[in-house]
Amino acid sequence: MTATMVPSAPADGGDRRPRRLVRAVPGAGDRLFLGLNRTSALVVLLVFTCIGLFLGIRAFSAVKVAKFSFLTTSAWEPDIHHFGIAGIMADTLFIALVAVIIAIPISFGLSLYISEIAPQRIKKTLVSLVDLMAAIPSIVYGLWAFYFLQGRTIGIARWMSVWLGWIPIFHVSDSQAGNPTDLGHEFTASTFVCGIAVSLMVIPILTSVMRESYSQAPLGEREGAYALGATRWGMIRSVVIPFGRGGFIGGTMLGLGRALGETIVVILIISPVFTANIHILQTGGNSISYLIANLVPDSSPFGVSALMAAGLALFGLTLIINFGASAVVARSRSGAESDG
Amino acid sequence: MAVIDYPDTREQPTDTVTPPVQVRRKIGGLQRGSLFNLGGAAAAGLCTSALLQRLTALSGPVGFVVVAYVAFVVIYGVLVSLTDDAPVVRDAVMTVLMASCAALAFAALGLVVFFTLARGWAALRHVNFYTQDMSRAGPLAPLSVGGMGAALVGTIWMVGIAVALTVPLGLIAAIYLDVTRGRPARFFRTVVEAMTALPGILAGLFIYASWILIFGFGRSGLAAALALSVMMLPYVIRGADLALRLVPANLREASAALGAPGWRGEMQVVIPTARSGLATAVILAIARAIGEASPVLLTAGFTNYINGNPLSGPMVSLPLETLKLVQAGVPAYTSRAFGCASFLLVVIIILFSVARKIGGWGPGHLSPRAQKRVLQASARDVTRYAGRGSVGPSGRGPAPDRGDGTGGGYRLAGNR
Repeated sequence: MTATMVPSAPADGGDRRPRRLVRAVPGAGDRLFLGLNRTSALVVLLVFTCIGLFLGIRAFSAVKVAKFSFLTTSAWEPDIHHFGIAGIMADTLFIALVAVIIAIPISFGLSLYISEIAPQRIKKTLVSLVDLMAAIPSIVYGLWAFYFLQGRTIGIARWMSVWLGWIPIFHVSDSQAGNPTDLGHEFTASTFVCGIAVSLMVIPILTSVMRESYSQAPLGEREGAYALGATRWGMIRSVVIPFGRGGFIGGTMLGLGRALGETIVVILIISPVFTANIHILQTGGNSISYLIANLVPDSSPFGVSALMAAGLALFGLTLIINFGASAVVARSRSGAESDG
Repeated sequence: MAVIDYPDTREQPTDTVTPPVQVRRKIGGLQRGSLFNLGGAAAAGLCTSALLQRLTALSGPVGFVVVAYVAFVVIYGVLVSLTDDAPVVRDAVMTVLMASCAALAFAALGLVVFFTLARGWAALRHVNFYTQDMSRAGPLAPLSVGGMGAALVGTIWMVGIAVALTVPLGLIAAIYLDVTRGRPARFFRTVVEAMTALPGILAGLFIYASWILIFGFGRSGLAAALALSVMMLPYVIRGADLALRLVPANLREASAALGAPGWRGEMQVVIPTARSGLATAVILAIARAIGEASPVLLTAGFTNYINGNPLSGPMVSLPLETLKLVQAGVPAYTSRAFGCASFLLVVIIILFSVARKIGGWGPGHLSPRAQKRVLQASARDVTRYAGRGSVGPSGRGPAPDRGDGTGGGYRLAGNR
């Protein structure tokens, strides 16, 4: 019985070198299968490359005219060759930043609640609800923001502009706040309203990435913290949050990337300006996706080319943020060093 | 609130034979004391806020809620600090804060869903809303005329074409990620992950730049479907990749150990095992694609008429129709927009529940019919096995392993 378990032992016992492991030559079926898989992966890669390529080709004629001023000009009049994305890109970032800044604390609390506090039996339902929140189309959030949220934020925005107006971003220049006949129109169609609506769309993204990494905090270290007398919050603060830092940063970046490209909510809410409007409570903002959606159908060929260049800039920015995010998430402690 | 009440055992004499009565400690859930604290603090918070509203110039529901909440948290902390020390107070307050974040997020979700459904009901209860297009419904036409028929047809065409294009391509690309290791596969995975966040408007702009401007085709359902495909593809690949990675490696190894070539193992062991996960990935990608308006915005055009031909002429989809109706700004159109959005929402929630149901099945889950097939095959094996055993070399019933690889026991668990 024992002899059959050591099949490679030579009879004389002389040759003790390890056997050479030969990689099996794949058969025709395997080669065909792998070839098919490789081809489809290549096709997918080709499609993704083409996005950048075609946008670049179409953008060329506009960039050739505008050169470096494309990045520094805050105006959009391509037909008189006076255009650039400086202001619009800044406005895009303002909307995304407002959304992410609102989303961070809520997602942080929500993900910790789901992974650490929620009773076991409702945990799965909560995770599904967060996923459902991500699956609700942006047009639905847009309708809600336009018909429900916008009117109700006027009071908050007015309060903030009165009491926090000394901070530049909350300043509203033509505020009528003391005037009893004021309807508050200067507080609608603002970056702030847009940001709240977009924050609802990025909360599930932040939450699922954070929850994923918090729930992977090693059991051994959790129990160690409890054994040293920590309360649950003490354990969370000393074990779970440091462990999930990669997920926190990565999730936030992913959410930022998503918020930068949001189109529909911006179309419904914002009233466009082409300069950087740092006063987030005040009417007027913009985003590159809004610009593209709004202007492509009736622009001259040169105008379309300029819009393609703007699209290319947005594409590059989202790609950089997303690659960064996945690198951060991948490089975070994934439990390999723990003895959980 | 996580104070654990240890049973006091110090008074027990050490030499008693009967063990002390063990009281089972409750380590989770809410204790009565903390429930009183919570309730008391909530009531106190509400009253404080109401009082402040009376005495000062505070106004508005938002201010009321914010003041009540802050007062609630502070009072709760004070109440806990009456009985416990600082770490426990911190724990209690942080627990309340985290739970309120969850409550806030889910309240917002519920609000969005119910607001949309409530406003959409007026349009949804008319039968003509599902069958007619908008060609005869002017701005003043009542809701009993016209509907989302054109958008419905358009959505079905666009999503259908997109699914037909992306599902085979995406699944095979996911299998590529599954069967190969190393640098190219890692690179491919990173690119796919980055592409899941591609803004929808850029998918539309890409198709506009290539299909419409460079190749010279017009705006049509097909162009919109292509844009949707570009957007769906990374979702399908990533979802399928996650599902395939959940298949235990020993199933693969078992198939290889039985001499199956790699592709047979993949097709007959790995994919059937991951079937529920793959279905979930596809359904979730469809749910994503149905609701996207931005890729369609530049590529589909817009029409008020039902267009059954995706190859030519403008087409409209549900989210696009919703957007255009809202932008018109007429009350009847707004109602129809909410109707479209509600319909979309209901479809997505249904798709989502189906995906959850299927995804909840573990790998290797069998439908009743498949279960019956496996049982029948097993019964056939038993009879064959018994027949062979009676004439076998030992003559003493079935041998567990004859070494010729034909024994009935070799059917793979995941294989059906």
